[in-house]
Amino acid sequence: MQQLIYFFQKYKYGLYLLFLLSISLGLTINNHSFHRSKFISSTNSFTGGIYEKMSDFDNYLNLKDQNKALIEENLLLRNKISAFRNLTDTIIENTKTDSLNYDQQYTYISGKIFKNEFHKPYNYLTINRGNKHAVTSEMAVVNHKGIIGITDNSSSKYARVQSILNRNSKINARFKNSFHFGTLTWNAIDYNTVQLIDIPRQASFSIGDTIITGGRSAIFPEGIPVGTVISKNNSNTIDIKLFNDMSNLGNIYIIKSFHKKEIQNLEKK
Amino acid sequence: MNRKPFYLSFIFFSLILLQVLILNNIRFLGYVNPYIYIAFIFLFPFKKNRFPILTLAFLLGLCIDSFSNSGGTHAFATTFIAFIRPYVFRIVFQKTEVDFEFFKLKQESFGKVFNFTVILTFIHHFILFSLVNFSFHNFFDVITRMFLSGIFTLILYFLGNFILSRKQES
Repeated sequence: MQQLIYFFQKYKYGLYLLFLLSISLGLTINNHSFHRSKFISSTNSFTGGIYEKMSDFDNYLNLKDQNKALIEENLLLRNKISAFRNLTDTIIENTKTDSLNYDQQYTYISGKIFKNEFHKPYNYLTINRGNKHAVTSEMAVVNHKGIIGITDNSSSKYARVQSILNRNSKINARFKNSFHFGTLTWNAIDYNTVQLIDIPRQASFSIGDTIITGGRSAIFPEGIPVGTVISKNNSNTIDIKLFNDMSNLGNIYIIKSFHKKEIQNLEKK
Repeated sequence: MNRKPFYLSFIFFSLILLQVLILNNIRFLGYVNPYIYIAFIFLFPFKKNRFPILTLAFLLGLCIDSFSNSGGTHAFATTFIAFIRPYVFRIVFQKTEVDFEFFKLKQESFGKVFNFTVILTFIHHFILFSLVNFSFHNFFDVITRMFLSGIFTLILYFLGNFILSRKQES
């Protein structure tokens, strides 16, 4: 027993060292194993708290740089947005081959109406397409419901459209179920009603008949819907209710080119 | 005499914070880091009873470990140099335990202090990097790290010592 106490007396530092070293070695091995030590790591509340404070301080010192980075990021995002806007503003050209009904081909250019008017005797619309987008004067403007007008003036980015609600507007139109044609005009009274004049006396029609473009003009292709007959004024003038609500127009299509395949084939021969 | 414990605890905590918040972020060349916290072992007064220094060295290493997620490697290395400190002391300064009471590191010649510090630092760094490496591969890597970090630590230690002691004199 005395020997044992003497032994402890002699090697107390060595034993204490061994004790401490085995603890730290245990911790090291534990740290290398899959189940990491949960007590001695920077995730406990004390060390984590100190790190949090330090990181707050660090963030405060870096505010200037971070502002710079944020501004750069904002700039980048703004550029992306404007690029995206440009992208959505690009022209969608859509070629439609109409071989079933009228055997003709034309190309649409999409566009949007910037300014619309319908309350004057001579109404003009402004659209966001111009020479840049291959839009020149005397091109047909329609939308999905029907006829809208004819371009009469174009700048590099914009074009002016002579609405069908214009006293100068004269468009060839015919009945859908017969080939009697007339001229589409407007008497400047009601923006929902246009007049078809100069129809042949022998033309037979009834109220509710559909009117479409005639295809005799160089501007409109054949078969664009216009409206329905609502009443007959005198022998050769009838009132037509438009399919389009002219006070409520948005997206439009400009018809770029159309030709009848038959005529082309004929000219080739 | 009463100021001694406060002075030592101040050194203890300030060395931990200095090490953890500033020096652990240096990573010069990706891996060269000074470990200045072992200055506490050099500065701790020599006494016959060695339990305090062993315990404090262990706690110091454990604190550094808990901040740097290294398990018990710092604790191991620090406890070990705290243990061998008297033997190195005996060899370098040619003095026995009787001289502990009147011994002061400042009064010794620079050469002896330098030897004492260099031996302890390199032993500490060798154990530390071996344990961090935790395998017998990349042994050459351990040696390079030991030397580069050790030199870094020593430069910082002597610079800091020089600056602080000059201040105390004036």
